[in-house]
Amino acid sequence: MGATQILFWFLSILALVSAVMVVVSKNPVHSVLWLITVFFAISGHYIMLNAQFIGIVNLIVYAGAIMVLFLFVIMLMNLSTDTEPQKNKWLKLAGIIAGGCLMLVLVAALRDAEVAGKIAQLKDGDIGLINNLGKALFTDYVVPFEVSSILFLSAMVGAAVIGKKGD
Amino acid sequence: MRIEYYIYLSLALFCIGIVGVLTRRNAIIIFMCIELMLNATNLLLVAFSKMHHLAGVAKNPNAGIDGQLFVFFIMVVAAAEVSVGLAIIVMMYRNIHSVDINFLNRLKH
Repeated sequence: MGATQILFWFLSILALVSAVMVVVSKNPVHSVLWLITVFFAISGHYIMLNAQFIGIVNLIVYAGAIMVLFLFVIMLMNLSTDTEPQKNKWLKLAGIIAGGCLMLVLVAALRDAEVAGKIAQLKDGDIGLINNLGKALFTDYVVPFEVSSILFLSAMVGAAVIGKKGD
Repeated sequence: MRIEYYIYLSLALFCIGIVGVLTRRNAIIIFMCIELMLNATNLLLVAFSKMHHLAGVAKNPNAGIDGQLFVFFIMVVAAAEVSVGLAIIVMMYRNIHSVDINFLNRLKH
């Protein structure tokens, strides 16, 4: 068991445990902090796969910007733990069973998939570097890139209009 | 690293996100679980991108780069979605002083 495998299992278990903690935490601030841990673990996976650009963007955009936005909104609302009335126990159980069933079905479907023996390349391979990604982004994918700028503009205007103190 | 491990890891993360959406009532936590599901998908896309890169690098040095660009665009859309969604949650809190989605089942008051 080499160092990369130990790192892989460590990051995977960290991501799974933190994801469970996101769901079961009573305090929303704790949920946000656990979610940041999940994002760090996933960024570690990206860096292990030598997708350096995606890894760093994941850290900056998700763990940096989006999670800070969540924290601001939670602190703005002054939510205490008792504001969330507990859902019916049976409904909770039904949700867990439904999620478990979905997982069971997907695992069963993927058992016969044609991926046996396929390897995801670690460490080597330079498509994840910003040089190659930037070239592809500004040649083959330049139209979606420009469209996404319009999407951002409309999202900004939409957020400002919705958040405005109206009527 | 074998691709199955990545598939099962993202599957588990995605299902944890689904369970969170189904069991919690706080709108912000539901939103965070949606982010968790998006990230599980991103991880799988990057792993598959590296798998196809290894398989096709001999013919095309950029094989598999589409997966990582899709991840980039998913992040763009997720950022826009979060800004609008949090604005909606703030507006909802201002109107009904709660983020409990059970108060929203009529979408009217």
